[in-house]
Amino acid sequence: MSARSVFDGAVFMSSEMKLQEDFKRDSHPDKVNLAGREYVGEHGHTTWLPLVRKIKQQIATDPTLTPEYPPILGIPEFTRRATELALGKDSPAIVESRVFGVQTVGCTGAVRLGAELLRSCCCSNSSWSGPILLSSPCDDSLLGTFKAAGIEDVQHYRYWDAESNGVCVENMVHDLENAPERSVVVLFASGHSPTGAELSQEDWKRLAEVMVTHQLFPFFLMSAQGLCSGSLKQDAWPVRHCVSLGLELLCAQSFSHNFGLYGERVGHLLCVLKQNLLAVQSQAEKLVQTLWSCPPMEGARVVTTVLNNPAHLVEWQESVKAIAERCMLIRERLRERLRLLGGPWHWDHIIKPGGLYCCFGLNTQQVEFLVQKKHIYVLPNGCLNVSAINSRNLDYVAESIHQALSSQL
Amino acid sequence: MSIFGEVPQAAPVAVFKLTADFREDQNPSKVNLGVGAYRTDECQPWVLPVVRKVEKMIADDHSLNHEYLPILGLPEFRSSASKIALGADSPAIKENRVGAVQCLGGTGALKIGAEFLRRWYNGTDNTKTPVYVSAPTWENHNAVFSNAGFEDIRPYKYWDAGKRGLDLEGFLGDLESAPDHSIFVLHACAHNPTGTDPTQDQWKQIADVMKRKSLFAFFDSAYQGFASGNLDKDAWAVRYFVSQGFELFCAQSFSKNFGLYNERVGNLTVVAEDQDNLNRVLSQMEKIVRITWSNPPSQGARLVAITLNTPELFAEWKDNVKTMADRVLLMRAQLKEKLKALGTPGTWEHITEQIGMFSFTGLNPKQVEYMVKEKHIYLMASGRINMCGLTTKNIDYVAESIHEAVTTVQ
Repeated sequence: MSARSVFDGAVFMSSEMKLQEDFKRDSHPDKVNLAGREYVGEHGHTTWLPLVRKIKQQIATDPTLTPEYPPILGIPEFTRRATELALGKDSPAIVESRVFGVQTVGCTGAVRLGAELLRSCCCSNSSWSGPILLSSPCDDSLLGTFKAAGIEDVQHYRYWDAESNGVCVENMVHDLENAPERSVVVLFASGHSPTGAELSQEDWKRLAEVMVTHQLFPFFLMSAQGLCSGSLKQDAWPVRHCVSLGLELLCAQSFSHNFGLYGERVGHLLCVLKQNLLAVQSQAEKLVQTLWSCPPMEGARVVTTVLNNPAHLVEWQESVKAIAERCMLIRERLRERLRLLGGPWHWDHIIKPGGLYCCFGLNTQQVEFLVQKKHIYVLPNGCLNVSAINSRNLDYVAESIHQALSSQL
Repeated sequence: MSIFGEVPQAAPVAVFKLTADFREDQNPSKVNLGVGAYRTDECQPWVLPVVRKVEKMIADDHSLNHEYLPILGLPEFRSSASKIALGADSPAIKENRVGAVQCLGGTGALKIGAEFLRRWYNGTDNTKTPVYVSAPTWENHNAVFSNAGFEDIRPYKYWDAGKRGLDLEGFLGDLESAPDHSIFVLHACAHNPTGTDPTQDQWKQIADVMKRKSLFAFFDSAYQGFASGNLDKDAWAVRYFVSQGFELFCAQSFSKNFGLYNERVGNLTVVAEDQDNLNRVLSQMEKIVRITWSNPPSQGARLVAITLNTPELFAEWKDNVKTMADRVLLMRAQLKEKLKALGTPGTWEHITEQIGMFSFTGLNPKQVEYMVKEKHIYLMASGRINMCGLTTKNIDYVAESIHEAVTTVQ
């Protein structure tokens, strides 16, 4: 064999996890990681839901559970409950059998499968060729997922507005109104990643109307149902509203955050269609087989056990509410600290949305200042995970953000 | 007009349809020789005793968290799984040029490997690079590579129906005529669906041609330990190729040998020329994983890692694997015995010469139809049977039915 490698052409790709790796290596005593993807508790670590631990123990000792290959589209009980959770038990789509669900490998898996399904439509129906509309900004990996599925035509609609540190709905409406008919629009129920910026119910009503009029197809990402407002129903409202207007849609759900089951990769892709349901379902099966054959059971079994049991359901809803309330409390305290530190800035954008993420609209130098000089690790644009702020680091974080903003005056 | 309005119905997957038909069949003598999963002599799925033990350990371990695994997977799983494939004392491992990606089963490992090769193997766009799969092969191979963007997927001669064995001449011929740098999907052991593996000598001949023509070896290893009952013996082909200096991929599945079908435990082992190449490869694979499933699931990988890394558990596992392999070997021996005793026309040596879960019986489609419709014995149209579906209780019925099919149906 010659000494030349067949992999010579592979370029080194620096890891997305580099920021996390830098944080781990950082020995500064005051370092704070606000760039993580998981919810962490007051103690600074990811939390266990006692209910989840209990159920996992039950599963491990249950002699009736067999290790067989699950159905390609996942555990039917799971998809049924996940669908009900998103749409509500009495949803017209469920009643009229216009919906099917697929258990996926996390939210990413659901998005990837949805993207592959859409691409397969491009092939079979040459009159549709996109585009997919993503928010500006959005995570690189989201864009990458659509591209990897073979979707060529990806465009952006304006979402985050630096002026208002929130969403400029006018711009968003304008961009959607001017999009080609039958564009697919990726929307965020339960909090935007990475900015956390939210839309009000009035905003959603307006957008839904635009989508109906212009025949746009919503692809919802609902990565943390219940964690934004504390209410499962309220967080899912945008999805349910679109369904009630008769829109077809896809919805990618994650159970990572609201069950704390990050490691088990529990996701769900919901498909609400007007027609041709069985054919699309059969294509989904075909595509799943080229991705992961069938999904992993452990996490989905836990979720199903909880959602099937009224007492468990109540206990779980309360723990979700507690997480949402803690995030809101942290936001309020952060806002209060920043207000006391003075300056010309307004801080309402911190408490307006709920959930994990918050964005300060920092520029590159300000972000670098926080990371390099203050050892506070934040995402680009100054987006950060509020759950990692606690009573021990609140002052330091607030002062540092204040410094970062002051230094550019 | 709905975006999804004109999507056509996809054909059902044959093996799953077979199982569905079996389930609906009310006949008390029915036998399922279709799907590839292990069954005990009571025709039940089997949770390996070592798996039960480790499952409980994991559930009781309160120090474990539920965080995302690293994108490339659990480190202790990846390294121990690669050691299983290549041998703990593999020179390639010692030279730091072996890495791995934890994937969703064997399918996931094939997927990530295929996606990488299409982008970065031998130049940066391999959509036109031919990918060769054996004739016949696992029906999903084609779909995985095709969906990864490869446009030219071709068969290489493998099964000789006439002599019910390997068509080595045809295989070598296709290797010779393949364009240099083509990708070949090789079954590491217990070929699916034929159960027919090259001998060590035949593997050497195959490797010779592949080396000369710079053909890429992508091994699919779903049955290590399950085929002969011995892990090292089943890994001989992969290790031989490594010893010959090949860079290669090995897609490993722990579904069968751990009985963990439902937790999707797989590993893509990468053997590269040197550490620098390895690091670049893994960095690109991380990117590919991120936009496919982001992070792999932790349950199955933890279970396998603990088992492989704990000496007593590792020994217990090897024992459990041997139990499964031995039962299959027993069923093979008994089926052949009974067919010979019945005087069933034809030769039946291939039943014991073939290895692993599957056997290509040699029954033709009409005979298969007879088996399914008249005898309620479910097997693939190709004549493939899953030996694990045979038990001491049904083997007489199956043998008699094969006899009937062969003697009355042409």
